[in-house]
Amino acid sequence: MKKWIRGTLILALMISILSLVACSTSSTDTKDSKTSTEKQKTIGIVQIVEHPSLDASRQGFIDALKANGYEDGKQIKLDYQNAQGQVQNLTTISQKFVNDKVDLIFAIATPSAQAAAQQTKDIPILITAVTDPVTAGVVKSMDKPGTNVTGTTDMNPVKDQLALVKEVKPSAKKVGIIYNTGEANSEVQIKIAKEVAPELGLNLELIGITNSSEVKQAADALAAKVDAIYVPTDNTVVSALDSVLKVAEQTKIPVVVGEGDSVKKGGLITYGLDYYKLGYQTGEMAVKILKGEAKPQDMPIETQKDMKLIINKKAAKSMGVELSEELLKKADEVIE
Amino acid sequence: MNVLIGSFEQGLIYSLMAIGVYLAFRILDYPDLTVDGSFPMGAALSTLLITKGLNPFFALFFALLAGGIAGFITGILHTKGKVNGLLAGILTMTALYSINLKIMGTANLSLFRFDTIFTPFENLKETIQQTLGDSLISQSINAWLFTIVLFIFVIVIKKLIDWFLQTELGLAIRATGDNPSMIRSVGVNTDYSTIIGLVLSNALVGLAGGIMAQYQGYADIQMGVGMIVVGLASVIIGEAIFGNRSIRRATFSVVCGAVIYRLVIALALYLPGFSPTDMKLITALLVIVSLTLPRFSLKNKKKAVVGNPIQSIDYSLKKVTKEG
Repeated sequence: MKKWIRGTLILALMISILSLVACSTSSTDTKDSKTSTEKQKTIGIVQIVEHPSLDASRQGFIDALKANGYEDGKQIKLDYQNAQGQVQNLTTISQKFVNDKVDLIFAIATPSAQAAAQQTKDIPILITAVTDPVTAGVVKSMDKPGTNVTGTTDMNPVKDQLALVKEVKPSAKKVGIIYNTGEANSEVQIKIAKEVAPELGLNLELIGITNSSEVKQAADALAAKVDAIYVPTDNTVVSALDSVLKVAEQTKIPVVVGEGDSVKKGGLITYGLDYYKLGYQTGEMAVKILKGEAKPQDMPIETQKDMKLIINKKAAKSMGVELSEELLKKADEVIE
Repeated sequence: MNVLIGSFEQGLIYSLMAIGVYLAFRILDYPDLTVDGSFPMGAALSTLLITKGLNPFFALFFALLAGGIAGFITGILHTKGKVNGLLAGILTMTALYSINLKIMGTANLSLFRFDTIFTPFENLKETIQQTLGDSLISQSINAWLFTIVLFIFVIVIKKLIDWFLQTELGLAIRATGDNPSMIRSVGVNTDYSTIIGLVLSNALVGLAGGIMAQYQGYADIQMGVGMIVVGLASVIIGEAIFGNRSIRRATFSVVCGAVIYRLVIALALYLPGFSPTDMKLITALLVIVSLTLPRFSLKNKKKAVVGNPIQSIDYSLKKVTKEG
């Protein structure tokens, strides 16, 4: 019977601590609103996992707010939470934000957006790195969300990117793609790639993986049979990009990637997304909502405004690719 | 309050899974890793069926069934195929990853704008508000409504499991976990009882997955990752804090363990001075504190001074033999 009592005590202790901290945060908010003329707004940021692109988009978002006069600790208070790869924690994090009555939620990647959208129909939610917000069920349509959710999609121009294969290696016929079968965003890209490949005169060789430890093996398997490798914006493959690059450089196969950070890490070329800028763009949308100039319901989901052609010269050399002067001239950024 | 209520709701849903893990891990003494696959399988199937227009309650029945089948496969692999227990679970879990993708047809399936099992209760909330007005009573009833409903549901399931484990079949399953050779000698087919136990265990896990998907509004292929850890943590935390003297007590402990685990995660979000990337560390530390805190109580120290009675008897016996 003693254990029983002890257990109940522990449970009661936890409940009281939680209700105490949970209630105190909302009460300080009201105090603030009384003392200062303009209330310090809180923004909850929820991210599914630590990841270079996702981290970059978060930084972009914060910088955009700062540039528009919303600095953390001054005009606004940021509450950043990371689920560390456990989908089941997203709901708890979203509930915390609703509990703390944050003024805005910034949700990074699809499951984060869905968890937040499920918890609140009132607090504006800005999303980014969500490839297909309509299928994800967080908005009714891209042009007019009709819900408390808006933001940016990280849908990349798969067709334009695949076309780069011909630019760097005109003789290429077969392109290999490694992707995580468990990522909805990759699935969408693969679907598009399948549709556009014939138009570009390319054949696809797809390899599905389930975690980053399988990437090296997949790259080895591909290297034997393809003329080029395309790495879409797949979280798992991008996090194991080094192993793809290593194989490609050994076998002299060009690697076209899905976003700028991967070029900086050693990918050959991309035409497309910059997650920092995408986050920045989302931050500017957030500013409009914070200022009360617009409501998420009516703000269309935006795609990246200025796509960039980025080339890595060093990677070209090690992958045995001869870059044409014309292509180098077109590039917005050349990494030496 | 939301976060507190939410932790209760989620904890109760996860407690169904934890009871399943308890059945395999404690009753059958079988470390079953199928859970990481059967949980998302229940979620995947119930979500798919709802999007196809099936009643969400029926969809849960299929989630339960799917989980049961997963457990059945692991059971057959282990008992008839003589595959090592851990490996059998790993194999089923691995296969289920692809199967779950096949079921959903995509990595992430949304339940946006579909009715779930929670919809009727949402409607009930409105009725309560209309009849009772916007008073404090109606507000608190509405806030805790899901928790109450889930609690009743979990208690019913818990009672059913308690009852089942007292039946002849249940006793056979318990004996299989305790001492397989003994129970075989009295003519019980241990293969049979192991399979039944695993089916029941994973059926509960599948059911929990189905409810979870409806609760969070989507099924995601990654949602099973680390589920066995959550289940085991719930079982062990519950038993350590609330005890496990009888089956009834043990299942109750497991339910509490699951709720405590969710409360810990919510608490971890509020702990000041840590960076968001420390979440898992804080969770682990909080669990360590709640598990070890009781060990440092005064009463236990006194016990340690008195010493273990068996040991002292042993000691005095030795003394006697030496002297003699």
